[in-house]
Amino acid sequence: MSELPAGVERRTVAGEARLTTAGEPVYGEPTVDDRRVWDAGRSKLGAMLELGMDTRLAGGEKLLYLGAASGTTVSHVADFAGPTYAVEFAPRPVRDLVDVAESRPNLFPLLADARRPREYAGVVESGLDCIVQDVATRGQAEVANRNAQFLADDGLLLAAIKARSEDVVAEPQAVFEDVRATLSGSYEILETERLEPYHDDHLGVVARKR
Amino acid sequence: MTETDDAWFAGVDPGDAAAAAAAIREAAADEPRDWPALAVESGFAAEEAEYYDRLHAATVDAAREAARAAGRADDQQLIHALRAMDDAERTANELAERLEEWAGALLDVDADATGLDFAAVVAAHEPADATEERAVSLAQRAVDLRDERDDLRAFVERRAPEVAPNLAEMAGPVLAARLISLAGGLESLAKKPAGTVQVLGAEDALFAHLRGHAPSPKHGVIFTHEFVRGTRPDDRGSAARALAGKLAIAARIDHYAGERRASVHEDLRERMETIRARAESESDETTDGDDGGEVAGGDGAADAEVDDE
Repeated sequence: MSELPAGVERRTVAGEARLTTAGEPVYGEPTVDDRRVWDAGRSKLGAMLELGMDTRLAGGEKLLYLGAASGTTVSHVADFAGPTYAVEFAPRPVRDLVDVAESRPNLFPLLADARRPREYAGVVESGLDCIVQDVATRGQAEVANRNAQFLADDGLLLAAIKARSEDVVAEPQAVFEDVRATLSGSYEILETERLEPYHDDHLGVVARKR
Repeated sequence: MTETDDAWFAGVDPGDAAAAAAAIREAAADEPRDWPALAVESGFAAEEAEYYDRLHAATVDAAREAARAAGRADDQQLIHALRAMDDAERTANELAERLEEWAGALLDVDADATGLDFAAVVAAHEPADATEERAVSLAQRAVDLRDERDDLRAFVERRAPEVAPNLAEMAGPVLAARLISLAGGLESLAKKPAGTVQVLGAEDALFAHLRGHAPSPKHGVIFTHEFVRGTRPDDRGSAARALAGKLAIAARIDHYAGERRASVHEDLRERMETIRARAESESDETTDGDDGGEVAGGDGAADAEVDDE
């Protein structure tokens, strides 16, 4: 099992070891010892950590989160990371994201389209340590490629690829092959793993910018 | 060009919170840079920690305001714009018809053009007397009205995805606006059962059916959707029913959740592939008992006619 980033710790809740981070509770998640339980079933990055993928996160990273939605996962990320830029396209969830960001001075919410990095390149800094991606749109690999410009030379990509967003009828395995091929344009893939049982037909990807 | 020209903080007074939030919303750059370092260099912040504090305040304000503005994207304004678009179109066409009758006889215009294209030809004509002046002036009004229709359409196409992202993606922005308009608002559309959505715009045919002297209509305005129009007549009932079911769900997601949801669009695509596959596989088998009946939906048909795309 790989090391967890500093700031993410396992605590026993109801007899089970669960991931936790320290921060202001935001979505009614259970807390233990003032730490918020991070539910791998609601978070792809949580599932990647729970499944023991080597995310190479140490804590304190400068990070861009694409597909922040209501901020469930990004709230935990901001608890252990450094400056965290959170991009989300849909206005309704951004309202919740703003509430999450208010109590976290290192979390910067942006209402923008991850497919169009130009929209936020004047705000998000270059030389980031990591991109976390969870966008459910067609062309997920292309989104990752376009955003590679924000990463430092050896910056990391942690992506959850949803097969059904690419092609509903194709076999997930075939979709994931295509995604790997497209990603290899900008990234060297270090590790991939299916996120079952937490998320069906999702592939967790750890990659490094070429 | 200096390095900070594209920065969101370029030209922003650090004390002006409203300007900072506005700058975040408008920031676009060809490539990212080390903004925190540049901000310190340019004097926007004394040190990086102060920069991040200002960035936090500005992004939170900007995101809150942007989300609020999108929430205000008002279905009633969309309805007004759509109805005005229809009015402009109908009136322009009426004037164009009048002109064909009038100017066609009056002026020596050797154009094959008809309708509004003919009006455009007449509008460019140099009038020779008072009568011609009136006809040419009227033609100019008709052409202006067509331009207004185009502008209103562009407005509807831009606004509908803000009001109802899923519905607009599935139906196309104009049909989405039309469904919202027929229902009287996004909320009331979200509360309608799929069967009602299916025949919105075919009220005449529906009530004729309910009075007992007509078959039930298969579709209302959704006839203009490629999934219905592009499906062979035998399967149009199924296609309309499947489409209406997903449109009803899309309207509910838009009203109650407001976020884009990919799965509903995928489900519809899958369903449509199945329905269209019937045309190839089932040439000699019996039909599946779809509601038969004539093509109803006066509005839908009218819409199809006047759309000059």
